[in-house]
Amino acid sequence: MLADPRPILLANARIVDPSRDLDEPGDVLIADGVIRDARRGIRASGVPEGTETIDCRGRVVAPGLVDMRAFVGEPGAEHRETLASASRAAAAGGVTTIVCQPETTPVIDDPAIVDFVLRRARDTAIVHVHPMAALTKGLGGQEMAEIGLLRASGAVAFTDGARSVTNAQVMRRALTYARDFDALVVHHTEDPDLIGEGVMNEGAFATRLGLMGIPSAAETIMLERDLRLVALTGSRYHAASVTCRNSLEVLRRAKEAGLPVTAAASINHLTLNEIDIGSYRTFFKLTPPLRAEPDRASLVAALSSGLIDVVMSDHNPQDVEVKRLPFAEAAAGAIGIETMLAAGLRLVHGGELSLLVLFKAMSTRPAQLLGLPGGTLKPGAPADLILVDPEAPWVLDPAGLKSKCKNTPFDEAKLQGRTVRTIVGGRTVYEYV
Amino acid sequence: MNIAPKSSFVLSRRHLLGIEGLSSEDIAGLLDLAEEFVALNRQIEKKRASLRGRTQINLFFEASTRTQSSFELAGKRLGADVMNMSVGISAMRKGETLLDTAITLNAMRPDILVVRHHASGAVELLAQKVDGSVINAGDGAHEHPTQALLDALTIRRNKGRIERLIVAICGDILHSRVARSNILLLNTLGARVRVVAPSTLLPAGVEQLGVEVCRDMREGLADADIVMMLRLQRERMNGSLVPSVQEYFHYYGLDQKKLGYAKPDALVMHPGPMNRGVEIDSSVADGAQSLIREQVEMGVAVRMAVLEALSRNLPNV
Repeated sequence: MLADPRPILLANARIVDPSRDLDEPGDVLIADGVIRDARRGIRASGVPEGTETIDCRGRVVAPGLVDMRAFVGEPGAEHRETLASASRAAAAGGVTTIVCQPETTPVIDDPAIVDFVLRRARDTAIVHVHPMAALTKGLGGQEMAEIGLLRASGAVAFTDGARSVTNAQVMRRALTYARDFDALVVHHTEDPDLIGEGVMNEGAFATRLGLMGIPSAAETIMLERDLRLVALTGSRYHAASVTCRNSLEVLRRAKEAGLPVTAAASINHLTLNEIDIGSYRTFFKLTPPLRAEPDRASLVAALSSGLIDVVMSDHNPQDVEVKRLPFAEAAAGAIGIETMLAAGLRLVHGGELSLLVLFKAMSTRPAQLLGLPGGTLKPGAPADLILVDPEAPWVLDPAGLKSKCKNTPFDEAKLQGRTVRTIVGGRTVYEYV
Repeated sequence: MNIAPKSSFVLSRRHLLGIEGLSSEDIAGLLDLAEEFVALNRQIEKKRASLRGRTQINLFFEASTRTQSSFELAGKRLGADVMNMSVGISAMRKGETLLDTAITLNAMRPDILVVRHHASGAVELLAQKVDGSVINAGDGAHEHPTQALLDALTIRRNKGRIERLIVAICGDILHSRVARSNILLLNTLGARVRVVAPSTLLPAGVEQLGVEVCRDMREGLADADIVMMLRLQRERMNGSLVPSVQEYFHYYGLDQKKLGYAKPDALVMHPGPMNRGVEIDSSVADGAQSLIREQVEMGVAVRMAVLEALSRNLPNV
């Protein structure tokens, strides 16, 4: 174990702390792995001896991001991503907590696998890692997993990853049982029958490309079913990835009815649309698919209003072998953990979103939903925080990405704003030089 | 009589991947060039030497008889060395990817690759990895540019023009690359295009391609100059997209009665291979208004024109 790092004073920063609705100039003092203080003028009242002072003029200090949906290939698909490589990508992207998905080999549906992931993360990862466990055994959609034991072993939520539980009875029982443990159920809502042979969003653009379409109703119908089951069971439910206007309408009604429902949107669906597929660019093949521009715009508005609670990366490393194929045959998914903040800042620079809302959705809200201690700069909280230069312009070079796979939709994109330092538990795990 | 090439037409691109992006001048230039080859093909001496020394590989990932033989004949008549490769039965079974196949063949230094693939966009993907010219012989439900060109040549020779003609394209629009290429080409040349099909065989937003959409043959064929029928694959008629062959033929099969809704001098086309008694009745397919056999003849001439035009851009040293 490394010796405890020196105390750090982040001086003259713009403090953005959504947990206190705070966006103002100030200083942050970190010592012994926790945030000692975050307010104006700490310097005057003195700091412990040996404190490292970092001048943060023009920079933002915010809670580290909590990425609620990232695929990591460990165990079973280490060629795509390991906990170590994912954590390095996360650190470079300002993510201090990764919530990995249960679609591993073997599936995370057994307490021993949860334990394996936590131990591997402890030994190899430089940021926090918390697994979600399978909602149903083997992600089979038929029998519920050991929700109680999995939760006790450290699973922070229950999901079948990118699969939907199509059997409403199975879903109802899983929700009912999960409620007894106050477990959060996270569900990918896409009806596989309505997806059919579809590979991209249904509409004129798919028709032009000669690609079979996926109607957005495939998502909305499943979401609507789920929300009626939530009304029946009263369980805590989180829609894993909402992408279209009609789903937002369904979600709004459920929230207005007071149901314990939250929802996430991926950074991809907030910043890209179906036209980005251009001429069959497979890095833009996603699940659910990228939608039309009005859907994207309505997602951003819903994020701004709080209807969308969480923004996640939907990080999904895929190697060239499964991406350099005709569009219909290529694997879906894009990496994103390292670029989610920079992509999100596009919305801030474009005037579509405030910095406070962005950090709330990428940090504070996911931490709250999962019952994790991060997502805040309150004194006493773990020192999981990031230093961001919100203005720095840069061009994304995939070769420089830390992820094992380079399937980024922001390949050579012009971005503005980047993480310059990532601190986990008071220790600097990434520094941009 | 020796027919020398008169046209000096050059297509300002290396590949022919689709009709999309071609101007009306490009299309007219190709059709004019094809006319010369129609005349050549009707002679006893059908050979030209413009592709002598060139290697043409017909790379078919999806079975095809007529398109492949049409391209083969076109290449041979222009003097190219033509090799046919049906990948469905060799490399793909061994797990070789599309791009591996492309890179392997490219190392054999072909000048022209004619490619058909079952996935939309696959031919364009392959074109990024090879040095020669690539001709799309059909990719998924995306494009089949030489089919649209041969259809246009057939129409122009019989009607004298394409502008302002009413063309009804009938049948499985959803899965049809022939329909997409034809819609693009006919719109570029100023025709009025209709698509006629049950709603389950119409892709979403098809009207945004610039067509009128009809669900009824009487309405769709009214005043039509050209009736273009599409093939409907049998596996799509088992209740998944239409209830049965019988019902499909009843509402959408082209028989003499339905053809009567069109103009008296309307002409009938089909890209083949036909399902007689499914989308078209034999009496219509073989009748006086049918251009189906002429389409096949024009196919060779159009493919010669495309090969010739692209070869004019190939490096000579």
